[in-house]
Amino acid sequence: MSAEPVLKIDNLESYYGPIMAIRGASLEVRQGQIVTILGANGAGKTTLLKTISGVMRPAKGTILLNGDPIQGRDADFVVKKGLVHVPEGREIFPLLSVVQNIVLGAYVRSDKAAIARDLEMVFTYFPALGERKEQPAGTLSGGQQQMLAIGRGLMASPEVMLLDEPSLGLSPLLVDEIFSILKRLNTEQDMTVLLVEQNALVALDVADYGYVMELGRIVMADDAQVLESSKDIQSFYLGAVEETQRGQRRWKQRKTWR
Amino acid sequence: MLQLVVSGLANGSVYGLIALGFVLIYKATEAVNFAQGDFMMMGAFVTIWLANSHYLGLDFWVAVPIAIVIMAIAGYLLDLLVVRRLFGQPQIATVILTIAIGFILRFGAGAIWGHEPQWLETPFAGREVRMFGLVLGLEEVAVVIVTLILTWSLFLFFRRSKLGLAMQAASQNQLAAYYMGIPVKRIQSLVWALGGAVAAVAGILFASKGAVDPSTGLLGIKAFAAAVIGGFGSLPGALVGGLIIGLVEPFAAYALPAGYSQVAPYAIMLLVLIFRPAGLFSQVQKKKV
Repeated sequence: MSAEPVLKIDNLESYYGPIMAIRGASLEVRQGQIVTILGANGAGKTTLLKTISGVMRPAKGTILLNGDPIQGRDADFVVKKGLVHVPEGREIFPLLSVVQNIVLGAYVRSDKAAIARDLEMVFTYFPALGERKEQPAGTLSGGQQQMLAIGRGLMASPEVMLLDEPSLGLSPLLVDEIFSILKRLNTEQDMTVLLVEQNALVALDVADYGYVMELGRIVMADDAQVLESSKDIQSFYLGAVEETQRGQRRWKQRKTWR
Repeated sequence: MLQLVVSGLANGSVYGLIALGFVLIYKATEAVNFAQGDFMMMGAFVTIWLANSHYLGLDFWVAVPIAIVIMAIAGYLLDLLVVRRLFGQPQIATVILTIAIGFILRFGAGAIWGHEPQWLETPFAGREVRMFGLVLGLEEVAVVIVTLILTWSLFLFFRRSKLGLAMQAASQNQLAAYYMGIPVKRIQSLVWALGGAVAAVAGILFASKGAVDPSTGLLGIKAFAAAVIGGFGSLPGALVGGLIIGLVEPFAAYALPAGYSQVAPYAIMLLVLIFRPAGLFSQVQKKKV
């Protein structure tokens, strides 16, 4: 693990019109890590990713990718720099074939040999896609579409992949499959991932480090194991029920970070 | 009778090419360019201005590529400077905008080149080919051949080339294309440039086999019907739609009382809309949630 973070975000602020969605978030992702951001709906996780990848413009703050500022730049610049965003809800190109979808992921690259090599790599990690190369992507199942979205992201040969809710709308079995592939990519290809997840349990399982977001702020940051065993995380995100002295569940609980 | 077929095919090719312009821009940007017919008219006039002896008098083979490039640049700039400002507005805004652009082009062309019909001087004007015992105008044969080649190469371009795929991707899922680092805005401007170039070719073909005047662009409506018949969004469909309309017109004029030939294309469009609402060559698109 190198000392300098690949991705370093400092005091980022981002707005949806007049609404401040990100209120000064700072985080770091190191080479080879899987870092996860947890949080409830509307906490600003997706907005944070969008701001990093250049789909939204930050109002304030810096985003450094390998030490170079990328805040406020267009997505094609950011992708070229080595950061790719696999959006929420598997946004694929429905009428193009599976293989065309994947190849478009390499739009910013021009080294044909390496692209062909990466295409093979995508098919080894996602054999289901290899079997359906010529099929229109819109006819794939939800899980396959998610795999396609990840595979397409891989084709950009990114240093950091932002992954937004890969478990969205998938069965627990598929979620496990996708996360185990993710873990393999992380260990075998040294892929750095910034993962946003609702499913805190699986996310903390694969992640090295975690952040908790609430209302646009980062409220907690620690190693994944520490977070997993933290009481707050357990009760608010993992659904553990504490036994109280009176033998009833307490519904009014305080979070320690507020 | 067969002569009727060939001239119908030649007319239909021009409709098909304008329809192709509609489909190109619609496919890639989800906007309908109602000025496409007027683009075609502009392409014709620019070529006439470059090539005819009483204007600049350039060689025909020099004038044609220049005219195509001029129209492509015009299309690119139109998107860059005007259409892009409507990004994120409802579709109706683009519709009204392009209709207005059509008017501007029509009267602009009238102001520059006058409202008299004009012909393009081509090397193959008035020459004839004898084929299968028929005497055909060389320009009509040329029109059909050029159209077929152009449609086929555009089809391959969209199927095979990286840029063509990116154009399709940008139309099917703009946001995802943006996420993948495809410069969506530049791609859209390039599509408009392509639309301009295709319109220029259509204009050149049209002007080489008949007269153009500034209101010629109104036949864009007929080409629109052709695009609808073919199934908006399909390149070969646009061509087939154009050919159908091109063929129906002379035969309706031949077999039916006067006036019906003007109605025939739209009657066919209605029939297609009733019995096959997505058009003859539709791409069926269902969005999964």
